[in-house]
Amino acid sequence: MLNINNLKASIGDKDILKGVSLSINKGEVHALMGPNGSGKSTLAYVLSGKDKYEVNEGTVDFKGKNLLNMNVEERANNGLFLAFQYPMEIPGVQTSFFLRTAINAKRKFNNLPELDALEFAKLLKLKAQELNINSDMLKRDLNVDYSGGEKKKQEILQLSMLNPDLAILDETDSGLDIDALRIVSEGVNKARNKENSFLVITHYQRLLNYIKPDFVHIIADGKIVKSGDYSLALELEDQGYEKMAKA
Amino acid sequence: MVASEQTIKQVNKLGSSDYKYGFSSDIESIQAPKGLNEEVVRFISKQKNEPEWMLEWRLKAFSVFNKLKKPDWAKLNFPEIDFQDYYYYSAPKSMKDKPKSLDEIDPEILKTYEKLGIPIQEQKILSGVAVDVVLDSVSIATTYKKQLSELGIIFCPISEAIQEHPDLIKKYLGSVIPVSDHSFAALNSAVFTDGSFVYIPENVRCPVELSTYFRINAINTGQFERTLIIANKNSYVSYLEGCTAPMRDENQLHAANVELIALDNAEIKYSTVQNWYPGDKEGKGGIYNFVTKRGACRGVNSKISWTQVETGSAITWKYPSCILQGDNSKGEFYSVAITNNFQQADTGTKMIHIGKNTSSKIISKGISAGNASNTYRGLVKIQPSATNARNFTQCDSLLIGNECGAHTVPYIESSNSGAQVEHEATTSKINEDQLFYCQQRGLSNDEAIGLIVNGFCKEVLQHLPMEFAVEAQKLVSINLEGSVG
Repeated sequence: MLNINNLKASIGDKDILKGVSLSINKGEVHALMGPNGSGKSTLAYVLSGKDKYEVNEGTVDFKGKNLLNMNVEERANNGLFLAFQYPMEIPGVQTSFFLRTAINAKRKFNNLPELDALEFAKLLKLKAQELNINSDMLKRDLNVDYSGGEKKKQEILQLSMLNPDLAILDETDSGLDIDALRIVSEGVNKARNKENSFLVITHYQRLLNYIKPDFVHIIADGKIVKSGDYSLALELEDQGYEKMAKA
Repeated sequence: MVASEQTIKQVNKLGSSDYKYGFSSDIESIQAPKGLNEEVVRFISKQKNEPEWMLEWRLKAFSVFNKLKKPDWAKLNFPEIDFQDYYYYSAPKSMKDKPKSLDEIDPEILKTYEKLGIPIQEQKILSGVAVDVVLDSVSIATTYKKQLSELGIIFCPISEAIQEHPDLIKKYLGSVIPVSDHSFAALNSAVFTDGSFVYIPENVRCPVELSTYFRINAINTGQFERTLIIANKNSYVSYLEGCTAPMRDENQLHAANVELIALDNAEIKYSTVQNWYPGDKEGKGGIYNFVTKRGACRGVNSKISWTQVETGSAITWKYPSCILQGDNSKGEFYSVAITNNFQQADTGTKMIHIGKNTSSKIISKGISAGNASNTYRGLVKIQPSATNARNFTQCDSLLIGNECGAHTVPYIESSNSGAQVEHEATTSKINEDQLFYCQQRGLSNDEAIGLIVNGFCKEVLQHLPMEFAVEAQKLVSINLEGSVG
């Protein structure tokens, strides 16, 4: 699915990723953990193509294609989804309209006919119910005056509607209370299947109680310093980043 | 967030080739001699077969024009207009013996309108919309006329109304915009060529949207449109105008006067989608659009609502206004003005509160890209007699790139201490994080900008009649295509 090889990236003069290598196969869930400033979110942005980051070295292969050659929307339409840490507000644009626009952009890209209003409404109703999202929220402007929890639920709703091959969750657990965390995690678990993959970026082991990863990686100072299975997350919780990064 | 370098590059790349209405048609025409003088005024009046009183009216206006100085308050920068360099009358030759039915119209003219997406053959007409079509100086066709006349509604070219409804014309023409108002108003009064006339009788709700489509085709031609709409007691009408012009290197001139009169309990909704040729990306060519639009709420409880989407023209100079004379009357102004490349717009409204309990609402959305300049200029005036007057004004500006400008110039003159006047204004830059978010969901750059800008304009666009709202949304997106990277 995804093969990152010795990826180096900077912003301005500052090197942030200093040689990240990571492979994710179909059906796998990988967790990426690390302290502030270790390069977690940068990796998410570089993979999704945000333009203020400069890639200096390395390759990224996504479904057999060179990911770094694609622009932002090509990556998205090829099946890469980023659940944002801080989802953007778009005043005047109804949430459901935005969702429909996004779905149809992807369908158009893949030479599929657009979803008509009825088909879309059916799908939206089903997916919104799974996430405990009421229909009033879908009528409001996208993310405008949403609570932190509502914004994150909305991201997961988009994820389940767009059904990506690879979803990157950038600190989706931040700012969530326990109830919201459970609902969001259940949403992710429902979206999991044998054909897709997840990269879950988080500070805390807490989220991984709900979304069980197959692999856990620890990133420090722009490099993956340790990889293992779920037990690595527990070890990390116990010992702290500083000790683990040195080890 | 500052626009990236790529943004600016893309803005610069954007050329006039995107103006899809820029074709010209080969239609043989009759023109007045070039230039502006009394003879030309007489020529126009004669071509229109006008009665003596109309010619007198025009000549008086022309002498007023000669005495007035050009208005200079707007924040616009353009060379002095040489009024002698334009043709003031241009009519397709085939219109000389006016066609009696649509079948007799020159097929070249029909083709022109077909290309514009405005079918004027009755059977193909967009359901629920009656259309009057004006090419250069004459009206080509008015549809649905018969059905409307059964309700007593008059919808016809103003040149026809001068012949057939002289009492209404004499009573109302120039009653809202006096000939001496300013020099463009006087010029229009002297040389106006065509436009629409609408009369809605008492207690009639006009069942269809009335629409006029203006097109300048002939080279170096000024189009002087004159529109007069009268809504008698307890009546309602919704009117829409659209405009396009071919791409030409010379600046073309359009100076319109539009007058609206609403009597007791009457309501007029006037919508404009202005998409005149804006000039090329270096600022060459384009329409100079000097428009005077004014509505008088003469009756009690009357209402006039202006909605405009201004996307075209090199220069837009336009302040659709309301004179709120009748007690409890209401004025509204909803505006989206988009300027790109070297376009300049100075637009806004005047709300003059005279009657008791009058209220007005102004929502203005200005979007600037490229090297364009966009100014909101508005006046809210509360006369001493306007007890309990209320106004709410909101002006929002959105900037795309680093070379464009937005200005908000609100004037408030209140002579009644009981009045409530509120003004809110914001200026923001298009947020690159919003764009990235949309693109990460699979939208292209242009789709993302279209979505965000349409969201920004939503409060205004939702006031357009349904049939045109979708068109306007597309237009908003098209006019900014390629403006953000």
